[in-house]
Amino acid sequence: MPLETVPADPVAAPAATRTEVRERAARNRRNSVFAARAGVLVAFLGLWEVCARTGVIDPFNFSQPSKIWAQIWQWITHGTAQGSLGEQIGYTLYEALSGWVIGVVTGVLLGIALGRIRFLADVFGPYIKVLNAIPRIVLAPIFLIWFGLGPASKVASAVVLVFFPVFFNAFQGAREVDRNLVANARILGADNRRVTLQVVIPAATTWIFTSLHVSFGFALIGAIVGEYIGATKGLGLMVAAAQGTFNAAGVYAAMTILAVVALLTEGLLTFAEKRLFRWKPADSGDGR
Amino acid sequence: MVHVSPHKAGAVPAIELTGATKRFRTPSGTLHTAVRDLDLTVAPGEFVAVVGPTGCGKSTTLTLVSGLEEPTEGEVKVYGEHVDGINPNVGFVFQQDAVFPWRTVLSNVTAGPRFRGVGADEAREKARDWLARVGLAAFEDRYPHQLSGGMRKRVALAQTFVNDPKILLMDEPFSALDVQTRALMSDQLLELWAGTGSSVVFVTHDLDEAIALADRVVVMTAGPATVKEVFTVDLPRPRTVEAVRLEPRFVELYREIWASLGEEVRITRERGAGRAA
Ligand SMILES: Nc1ncnc2c1ncn2[C@@H]1O[C@H](COP(=O)(O)OP(=O)(O)O)[C@@H](O)[C@H]1O
Ligand SMILES: [Mg+2]
Repeated sequence: MPLETVPADPVAAPAATRTEVRERAARNRRNSVFAARAGVLVAFLGLWEVCARTGVIDPFNFSQPSKIWAQIWQWITHGTAQGSLGEQIGYTLYEALSGWVIGVVTGVLLGIALGRIRFLADVFGPYIKVLNAIPRIVLAPIFLIWFGLGPASKVASAVVLVFFPVFFNAFQGAREVDRNLVANARILGADNRRVTLQVVIPAATTWIFTSLHVSFGFALIGAIVGEYIGATKGLGLMVAAAQGTFNAAGVYAAMTILAVVALLTEGLLTFAEKRLFRWKPADSGDGR
Repeated sequence: MVHVSPHKAGAVPAIELTGATKRFRTPSGTLHTAVRDLDLTVAPGEFVAVVGPTGCGKSTTLTLVSGLEEPTEGEVKVYGEHVDGINPNVGFVFQQDAVFPWRTVLSNVTAGPRFRGVGADEAREKARDWLARVGLAAFEDRYPHQLSGGMRKRVALAQTFVNDPKILLMDEPFSALDVQTRALMSDQLLELWAGTGSSVVFVTHDLDEAIALADRVVVMTAGPATVKEVFTVDLPRPRTVEAVRLEPRFVELYREIWASLGEEVRITRERGAGRAA
């Protein structure tokens, strides 16, 4: 093909045009990913609905999206048997959040203390390993006996679930601080307290934050399981109540609400993390 | 063996190592001698370069002087005083990046004064002054990952110099940089140092760099390190690295020192080969 047919674009800065083209391509790609995602969801829900209506699956056990939505809508507009839907969500979130905060604070403090002080690590190491080996979810009934039907037993379940991953990450983070950074800080004049506060803790935050993401999920699980076993309010109780009346749609509806709540809090954490880790190279991913 | 004596007779030496020995316990439980019976004296204001084969114990020697590590045997003195813990008169530029990645450039340089109890405003003022001297005034808000390797090293220099150290320990500070940057950094170091009157111990594997910078070049033996020979570099100051390299005396010194150093390098390499076999 002769060269002349190459479109002789005017002098209008070809670099800028190319950037524009690239941006448009990226935008298109993003849009098509979103469209495909929505398509998958619609297809899944549609298939579920059709199968339930045509009797391929038993709607009594598997329910169907329209009924689930009707149930959610009814909760939103008329409230649940235990009170308004917002109150149930608030209750569960309150328990999960309290448990999470307590678990994170104790986990970080103990993790860094044991990571920094060899003696403590040697003394408490075996005990922590033993405690960690207990399947902690079975503690929920015990907490119910100890702390009763109120929020305290759920908070306790959340704490034990949250504590260990946070503790181990903080411990690891404090242990694996770059020795050069510590040496440099000491030469520059930092005492032990400053080394801990200004070198070890910032260096360990990457590790700690990795565990915060996972552990908020654990806190929710702790609160829900606690409520499921015995409570007066909360999303877990709604699951239990719906199950008790063979209301499959209710179980799924409560689960859907839970998923939405979990996703929203996850988004908030990601946002906080981005603010906190401005010092990291952008493409180093989501931390180790 | 050449006897090592301080430049200015009568003055208290800035650094004095006598019979210093350092042994480490290896993971397998045996003892490993990194430095053996080392004698070295550095006069106030003197620039000493230390060269030796890889792994012979140069870094360990610096950690002994800094107080980061204690000698197993022997004595380490700084300005006539027994070294016990970190000495506030000592600055240390590390081989690997040791600037704090979560602090901005400015905050990295203020770290030292702040750790030492200087007020925030005064610390910032001093830090800005040193950042200007290393040519990073425009970058004070950047984070280390946004800088080039050479710029990060200059942050490390400013971070160290801002504390006005009387003794400056430098462990292969420029080894990770490309050749041109290294020459620029060497010149900049000489400039910065010229105003301070501090003593420098500069560890390097680059003999060119050692001769171009130093008043004396100390050659270490293959590990465990001890002083093998000391050479006085009688090249006039002020020097610039590129110019001094072309002087006949430089070439002569290079040949002399290499004859001594090369032998130790060969011993180290043969040991390595023996171990690998
Ligand atoms: N903390 C330590 N524990 C055990 N061995 C060490 C330690 N630091 C250094 N060594 C050993 O001491 C020797 C000298 O190390 P180093 O002083 O770093 O050498 P150089 O700086 O001359 O390359 C090496 O064989 C090294 O493995
Ligand atoms: Mg070294």
